[in-house]
Amino acid sequence: MTAPVIEDLLREITPQVLGTLARRHGQFEGCEDAVQEASLAATVQWPAEGVPDNPRGWLMTVASRRLIDQMRSDHARRERECATATEPVPDGVPDTDDTLVLLFLCCHPTLTPASQTALTLRAVGGLTTAEIARAFLVPEATMAARISRAKQRIRAAGSSFSLPGGAEHAERLRVVLHVLYLIFNEGYVASSGSELHRADLAREAIRLTRMVHAQLPDDSEVTGLLALMLLTHSRRQARATAAGDLVPLDEQDRARWDRGLIDEGIELAAASLAGPVLGPYQLQAAIAATHADAATAAETNWPQVHALYLILERLAPNPMVTLNRAIALAETKGPPAGLELLATLDGDERMAGHHRLLSVRAHLLEKNGDPAGAYEHFRRAARATASIAEQRYLEARASRVRVRPPRDLAAGAGSALPPEDGSGDQ
Amino acid sequence: MKFVISLVINPALLDVLTEEEKAAVGDGHSRLIEAMKKSGELITGLALVDPAQAAVVAVRDSQRVVTDGPFVESKEYLGGFYLIDVESKERAIELAAQIPDAAIEGLGVEVRQVMFADGQLDV
Repeated sequence: MTAPVIEDLLREITPQVLGTLARRHGQFEGCEDAVQEASLAATVQWPAEGVPDNPRGWLMTVASRRLIDQMRSDHARRERECATATEPVPDGVPDTDDTLVLLFLCCHPTLTPASQTALTLRAVGGLTTAEIARAFLVPEATMAARISRAKQRIRAAGSSFSLPGGAEHAERLRVVLHVLYLIFNEGYVASSGSELHRADLAREAIRLTRMVHAQLPDDSEVTGLLALMLLTHSRRQARATAAGDLVPLDEQDRARWDRGLIDEGIELAAASLAGPVLGPYQLQAAIAATHADAATAAETNWPQVHALYLILERLAPNPMVTLNRAIALAETKGPPAGLELLATLDGDERMAGHHRLLSVRAHLLEKNGDPAGAYEHFRRAARATASIAEQRYLEARASRVRVRPPRDLAAGAGSALPPEDGSGDQ
Repeated sequence: MKFVISLVINPALLDVLTEEEKAAVGDGHSRLIEAMKKSGELITGLALVDPAQAAVVAVRDSQRVVTDGPFVESKEYLGGFYLIDVESKERAIELAAQIPDAAIEGLGVEVRQVMFADGQLDV
């Protein structure tokens, strides 16, 4: 078995082993450390000595031993716990719910999103601290501290190793889905040197969401989120040039979209909409599916996109949704209608000076035949963004719409740089 | 989100601080560094030598020209910075406010988001 295959196998069984151990001993923090150590031992031993016949049993045994060592070295531990730990752990196919319980635990509401994300990737995703640190471009020590702080918080919150019931279940699942969405997004918006690692995060998020979907197949939002990820991921080859420049949706080479992911995504999106409740992920998946359905940008069913944004806006009011609806509205009713809708966001504090508001306005001004206004807003948007890829894209859009001064005036400038327009103050 | 918290210092002003005040500033930084390490928010922090030690490097006609710094004549100079990875800009500001320099008139603490980073962080 090759190293990558072993890695995949470990990622698969690590949360199962951790789930079984944590259910048995109730101390998530120690169990997580023990399983992480056992998993590291496997990555060293298995490629050299061969994969054991029962990899899960091996991992369980080694992790249990580590846990016992930990308990023994901790004088405060009661002997009772040692006694339980030394009993052989039955190795049947583990209770499949354990992975889900682990996920709920890692996405504990007392943690910050960054900690939830890190802990989920380690305990459920089976990634090492070093891998997670690389993916988020921070030193390993920084990530290790974040993970250990997160585990301490969970312990302090006194969480039990069980699935919450009733209304709490729905609320906690919402957090879990948000964390999975954040992991996916982190991989999707890759813009710097470590693009490879970050693309892996998108794949990892999809793998984890598939796992949740397999356990909760009837939850429409889980289905919707998986569909949204697959449909978004299907465009990854087309959304940037080889040089790393962003390519907007309407200019992407649709032949490079991944048909397999699109077909699966569209099917899941349709299935999720057939469910009894409608949620934000289902609607976003439906919007992505509408785009995926169009053979060319010109064939996009904009009235449907607009209608879906309208429902999404009512369901989960958010200025970003309104912003996206303005683009769809401009496509169906003309740019002035889109600009009018944008104007309603001007008083919104959350959007003040936001680069997305500036860039969408620039886009609509350009469509409305106002290159000077478009230029100014693209420039301001470029200054406001924190993403270098986006900044390059916005600068390029700005120079595309720039009204060239008459030749004799421009002759002395001798620079390709756009003039200072003094409008970049945020 | 990664941010740089820059510490803008005024060497003349630092000179007039008493030993106790200097020690208090140092302790404040140490405490903050410890807290940010524990929370997993600190990537790195560093302090620079006096601006008078700076060498200004220029290349003119392919020839290297090195002169004594600093480059910009000013009362205030970059004294050091923290590179942090935090949840939000609000959190970065919250941490910046805990830097002792922020409470001293004439010293500057500035928060700016990182747009691009590359290179080995574990040195």
